[in-house]
Amino acid sequence: MSNDRDRHDGDDDHALRVSKIRDGTVIDHVRGGQALNVLAILGIDGSEGEELSIGMNVPSDRLARKDIVKVEGRELSQDEVDVLSLIAPDATINIVRGYDVVEKHRVERPTVVEGVLSCPNPGCITTGNEPVTSRFSVLEDGVRCSYCETIVRDEIASLIDT
Amino acid sequence: MRHDHLITSKQLSRADIETVLDRAAEIDADPSAVADRHAETVLGLLFFEPSTRTKMSFETAMKRLGGDVVDMGSVESSSVKKGETLADTVRVIEGYADALVLRHPKQGSATMASEYVDVPLVNAGDGAGHHPSQTLLDLYTIRENAGLEDLTIGIMGDLKYGRTVHSLAYALTNFDARQHFISPESLQLPREVVYDLHQQGGTTGIREHESPEEVLPSLDVLYVTRIQRERFPDENEYQKVAGEYQIDAETLEAASDDLTVMHPLPRVDEIAPEIDATDHAAYFEQAHNGVPVRMALLDLLLSEQGGDGDE
Repeated sequence: MSNDRDRHDGDDDHALRVSKIRDGTVIDHVRGGQALNVLAILGIDGSEGEELSIGMNVPSDRLARKDIVKVEGRELSQDEVDVLSLIAPDATINIVRGYDVVEKHRVERPTVVEGVLSCPNPGCITTGNEPVTSRFSVLEDGVRCSYCETIVRDEIASLIDT
Repeated sequence: MRHDHLITSKQLSRADIETVLDRAAEIDADPSAVADRHAETVLGLLFFEPSTRTKMSFETAMKRLGGDVVDMGSVESSSVKKGETLADTVRVIEGYADALVLRHPKQGSATMASEYVDVPLVNAGDGAGHHPSQTLLDLYTIRENAGLEDLTIGIMGDLKYGRTVHSLAYALTNFDARQHFISPESLQLPREVVYDLHQQGGTTGIREHESPEEVLPSLDVLYVTRIQRERFPDENEYQKVAGEYQIDAETLEAASDDLTVMHPLPRVDEIAPEIDATDHAAYFEQAHNGVPVRMALLDLLLSEQGGDGDE
């Protein structure tokens, strides 16, 4: 049964889920439990009137459990999509216009992310009262603060600067 | 050497290092030849942490090049006490000085500060991060005493928080040195540093140990750093390791007669005073080398900025 449910968000059949958005973005194949972090990393909290739909821990062939985020009326930029790769490396992005999926692609890991994550090192200059934007280089298996050089491999989502 | 700032020894190639060391040797041989080389040049000293050797050697170096220094003084007597940010401080002092030397307790402070200024900035210690000018004088001392080719070095003590250790380890990868890191488990090299050393291809020449005995006979240089008592969670844990990392005449019986013992200073009890008068001791010479090496560094950085260098 889980296969059937997963296909509703797959290439074969967007009718049941994706087409509910007229114009916007569907972020699919987010690892289970990461949907709220996806919103945080995109700076979306609903306060600006965004129309959001979130599915969490939906059965999935590829991920066993996945989350789905739908953002009505907003097309994510490539930069925003790339940053998602830090916590959702398997995500697929569907850009929807007029109920049709006009673009569909996988996220790609950026080389650098700025202003998105907070450094966990309390001795880092970015944790002080300085006018500095956090910057992390993206490693194969984590991120690294460009200032204090601390490497973070686990729980990157906990560093999201909300 | 083509660098606007010196933030970390990782940015230094072997050629860069040799350029500085060769220039330092020239200056060491004839300091009077550069006595007016940077007349009317002003160096800004920004020390947000206490410092004796580094600060005074930079000051001496600038004055022996014919220049002068402006010193923000202690944090307590500066605008930092009023809440001024580092970013503002360096932008202000940049207007007074032709180059800046920064020591700050926060890691990454020199990187951030360098983004706000156009004059050359030298990192003189950023928390537990880097201390590249110390590394240059360390390398100068090693070259003078043991040579940098086919070098086997033991680096012992607080490797976790020791910025001089991190900078030296990076720089030594340029020379394919065999590096033995000796520390209690709780003070081993940070994983970031190990990661970098591996990235720089130093994996074959890097070993970690908890005791100096097993490697001491093979060493050309033993670089000792202070184990910082205050880092330990309790006194008992400190006492377990403190004695193991004290070098005295008995310890050195197992070492080569040619072993060079170094220490960035200040020392507390890591090296017994009885070593001072032996041929092993190079730590006071090491401290003194700070002046010609920093003269060379400042000369190269200032000359590249269109100063009065004539090379």
